[in-house]
Amino acid sequence: MSAYRGGPLDPGDLVSLRGPRGPRLVGERTALRSTLVALVSTVVFFGLVGWIIVSSPGWPAVQRSFLNAEVFGKSFPAIVRSFWVNIQLFLIAEVLILALGLVIAVCRSLPGPVFFPIRFLATVFVDVFRALPGVLVIYILGFGIPGLGLAGIPIDPFFYAVVALTLIYSAYVSEVYRAGIESVHPSQEAAARSLGLSRFQALRHVILPQAIRRVIPPLLNDFIGLQKDTVLVSYIGVVEIFRQSYIKQAGNFNFTPYMATALVFIVVTIPLARLTDWLIARDKRRQAAGRVR
Amino acid sequence: MRELGGGPGGGPALGIEGLHKSFGKLEVLLGIDLVLHQHEVMCLIGASGSGKSTLLRCVNLLEPIDAGRIVVEGEEITAPGVDVNRIRRRIGIVFQAFNLFPHMSVLDNVTLGPRKALRKPRATAEAEATALLERFGLADKRLDFPDRLSGGQQQRVAIVRALAMSPDLLLLDEVTSALDPELIAEVLAVIRELAAGGMTMLIATHEMGFARDIANRVCFLDAGRILEEGTPAEIFGAPREERTRRFLQRIVEAGRL
Repeated sequence: MSAYRGGPLDPGDLVSLRGPRGPRLVGERTALRSTLVALVSTVVFFGLVGWIIVSSPGWPAVQRSFLNAEVFGKSFPAIVRSFWVNIQLFLIAEVLILALGLVIAVCRSLPGPVFFPIRFLATVFVDVFRALPGVLVIYILGFGIPGLGLAGIPIDPFFYAVVALTLIYSAYVSEVYRAGIESVHPSQEAAARSLGLSRFQALRHVILPQAIRRVIPPLLNDFIGLQKDTVLVSYIGVVEIFRQSYIKQAGNFNFTPYMATALVFIVVTIPLARLTDWLIARDKRRQAAGRVR
Repeated sequence: MRELGGGPGGGPALGIEGLHKSFGKLEVLLGIDLVLHQHEVMCLIGASGSGKSTLLRCVNLLEPIDAGRIVVEGEEITAPGVDVNRIRRRIGIVFQAFNLFPHMSVLDNVTLGPRKALRKPRATAEAEATALLERFGLADKRLDFPDRLSGGQQQRVAIVRALAMSPDLLLLDEVTSALDPELIAEVLAVIRELAAGGMTMLIATHEMGFARDIANRVCFLDAGRILEEGTPAEIFGAPREERTRRFLQRIVEAGRL
């Protein structure tokens, strides 16, 4: 678009204003104008959607059972407290996933026929845990293993919740790592090996540091998924936020506790999502500037 | 092969005998024989695809060879069971595209090999690296990352990185081919200084004027074979082979000699 110097906008100008580069290319007045247009269209759109919902015949009933202020006030503290269980799950599993995923990715990247069995096992692991629905893994581990009745085996469902989430997400995360490892040009390994570094040293000091830097945004993306999937372990009896909201819902004959839970996840997940997007945008800028650090 | 030396410590800096290398069906090297003596500088010239780079990568054991043997100071490095990491510590290589580590400062690039492969303490490695960087006019860049440096500076750092391992033999793989013309001279000056200091070097290059100045001997590679070998005066002044003449003719026409 050519620089806008006042006067009526033509449709082409409006289209390009929505592009990420728009405001930088056009004058300040146009930028202000585009902000106003965006504001007005947003208000009109959501106002319309809100009006349709509120004027629907079932609205009073839905409002009573989903947006009850009294039930919200009563159940919210317990729900937030139960969220602490999800946070613990998330943090413990995340550390284990980062480690196990890396080990699997490295195993799958080992070259040569000697390492075929290790590569094969790692590939089977990834295939199996990506193929199975997460809930099934949680069910099978959470009920199956304690059911064996072996001496010394933990019976705490929290333990199996951590194990199940770790196995499922390690499969995904290992693929993210592997993409990162393969994105490092082979000449980097050649340079490291030419200095007399062993294969492991080259991986540790040259390849992985570059690979991991590149995959931080997609890793964060997977962790947004993990954060939400911690509710799946409610199925094997862990009293976490989703289980707690079910209890509160049953106790009050009201769905408002689910809305409270939704609110908690939105508040926690959106900053992580924004951070991820910001990191991706920053990487793009650096790549455009020819910086690889 | 007796003249390559009977055991470690003896023999020429580098001996190559009957070296063959293919990538799948593509035969790149078809029987290379070559002897490089201590403190000698040999330049490999020839068209792109004649096998110069592959030959250097084979000597550094970055490429497994199909037949023949490579002997360094009397030790056959292509023998089965040889510790490739130990061999590579003695043979430095500098690549056309620098291949610096982009996530490390210049100093860390240079000290990585000494610290990890030679297990030198960080302080020792850094002191030695700083001295080397000073010698080649890069001391003020020691804390910069490679992306802050010009191509010529990056390639000088790559040379220092190889030198930090105190190699017995240095391989240079078209080290000026990726540089803008005005940056070539600073890199060639470094190599000249190394030659004057007695470094044994095997240099693949397209810089014919440089090869003529610096080399003790020049090898003309053609389609995976050493077609002609001699002093710079012989190769550039009176080449025996028709193909060598034609190659040099093209270089002259391109204004590169």
